[in-house]
Amino acid sequence: MGNIAMPLTVAIPMLFAVLILITGKFWRGVGSYLGPLAVFIPLYLSFFLLGVKDTTYIMGGWIPPIGIVMVLDGLSKLMLIIINGIAFFSIIYAISYMSKYTAQFKFYALFLLMVAGMNGVVLSGDLFNLFVFLEIASLASYALVGFGVESEELEAGFKYLILGSVASIVILFAVAIVYNITGTVNMADVANTIGNPMLNKAVIFALGLFIFGFSLKAGLVPFHAWLPDAHPSAPAPVSAMLSGVLIKALGIYALIRVTFSVMGAPTEILSIIMWLGVVSALVGVLLALGQYDLKRLLAYHSISQMGYVALGIGLGTPEGIAAGLFHMFNHATFKSLLFLDAGSFEQSTGTRDLRQMGGLMKKLPITSIGTIAGSVSISGLPPFNGFWSKILIIAAALASTQYLAAAIATFVAFGTLASFVKVMRFSIIGPLPKIYQNLKESPFSMTFSLLALSIICLISGLFYIFLMDSLFYPATNAILKQSAYISMVLGIGG
Amino acid sequence: MKKEKIKDLIEDPNIGMTLIVKTVARITIALILLYGFYIIIYGHLTPGGGFAGGVILAIAYTLMMLAFSRHIALVKLSDFWASMWDNIGMLAFIVIGFVGLGFGYFLFNFLSKGKPFSLVSAGIIPLLNLSIGIKVGAALYAIFIGLSIYGRLVLEEEE
Repeated sequence: MGNIAMPLTVAIPMLFAVLILITGKFWRGVGSYLGPLAVFIPLYLSFFLLGVKDTTYIMGGWIPPIGIVMVLDGLSKLMLIIINGIAFFSIIYAISYMSKYTAQFKFYALFLLMVAGMNGVVLSGDLFNLFVFLEIASLASYALVGFGVESEELEAGFKYLILGSVASIVILFAVAIVYNITGTVNMADVANTIGNPMLNKAVIFALGLFIFGFSLKAGLVPFHAWLPDAHPSAPAPVSAMLSGVLIKALGIYALIRVTFSVMGAPTEILSIIMWLGVVSALVGVLLALGQYDLKRLLAYHSISQMGYVALGIGLGTPEGIAAGLFHMFNHATFKSLLFLDAGSFEQSTGTRDLRQMGGLMKKLPITSIGTIAGSVSISGLPPFNGFWSKILIIAAALASTQYLAAAIATFVAFGTLASFVKVMRFSIIGPLPKIYQNLKESPFSMTFSLLALSIICLISGLFYIFLMDSLFYPATNAILKQSAYISMVLGIGG
Repeated sequence: MKKEKIKDLIEDPNIGMTLIVKTVARITIALILLYGFYIIIYGHLTPGGGFAGGVILAIAYTLMMLAFSRHIALVKLSDFWASMWDNIGMLAFIVIGFVGLGFGYFLFNFLSKGKPFSLVSAGIIPLLNLSIGIKVGAALYAIFIGLSIYGRLVLEEEE
């Protein structure tokens, strides 16, 4: 009955988080030993689960729809790989980066809680548990954004806390409405009983609330106000996690799960998601162009790139969804790479202002290589991964005769390129300011993560066809085949 | 000696609230704690449970802090131990889940279910309630400490 690795991906980070909190009171450096181990185990388990047949895990032996169930399908497998992979590189990076902070064991504990929450979100088989895990991950991330406890960080954290809580409450309200209508919160059972969602006005209202809540968590325009403050204020490994994984697991994944697996993908809702994506892509890149704060610029690009993902998903065709998921994977790799690069620059030079940098290629070669790889990937230059996913999204938009969306997506790609030419021009090329003559390259644990993520960006671009077949098309099938999902969870017909 | 000092602090009219409040609080704190544990232990039989009972436990300590000043409350349960009990409660919950794994499922109810509606029944559920209750009580108290102490520390530094 299911695979024991599924609950362990959630329980092990949680167990280690508590162990770190308890032992951290006596030995403050414990986190840098237990933390990476606690992320490595779920990473290993998620690669192991990749080879496992789609299955469900029954918590405590209670049969669904009454009991709590964890569901493993193609989409969950993809998300597990993204979450734990990026978390692993971020936490390796954090070993050196966080060593200057006094309470680093608290950082590791919160980080692990966030990973546990996100693993729970992508494995959860019912709406209420999805909400609970979403709250675990969100609460940990609120604390992590304000981890530096400077006034700017606390302000950003507070803003994120308020807006994130509004989103959570709205999601809870929507779950309550769905529960009132169907009498169950098990997603497959809801999908089985709810019929055509567009015939029931209460369900439409709940869907609207879901879209509001999850779009806010995903940072889509017009719900993006917290993101450009929260992502730059956090320490670099946390920024990488927030931008690379959190907005996808809590936002896009949950949106996909509710719209496709639970509600059966009504076309009206899909077009709303698509246009939310188009507007986000456009507004995000326009706001990013004028930024000189490196991390803030990257945060605006997160909005823009999440717009691409939402555009691909909202097309509703297999090509569009696969391309959107591929872009989600790519964004996780290159955006976390870029945020880690920005952290490396910030730690060496003490500033995030692009105008005060310059010529850092000579002093920080590996960080600069990472910046080049990340910039080239996000700008969509072949053979890096961003090129393939963007062109697949634009092609899918053209194939569904969404010419305006395709045109805007192409324009946004040029805007992104312009913006990252600016980043490279100001940070790594040009004359080296005198104050930076004695800079040294970052320590090994940071450069290891930067190089590894750069290589992943290149390899996933070169072998994208292999990745499409092994990861993204199975995930697309899982999204589109609602009846298979229902029969797998409830054991009807399957 | 320390005990004498605490007694002096409790009876010092300049610390904490008035004598009326202190007298009433001295009687009620024990009752509130008792009621909190009752709600937790009977969580599987009556309305309430770990969370509600934990909140009541935290209220008892909060009342102590309000009536007798934070020094007294911190002597009874320091911020270190509040945080520690918080972690221990969560650890206990996860460990119970892992023990269930040995019986087939995560969080499997591996203990004997007992006779329905008697106090010792429902297997692991009272244990889970107890761990949640300890966690919630300690965590809410720790939050209250955080709100009261750390703000004052900043003010004292500014002065």
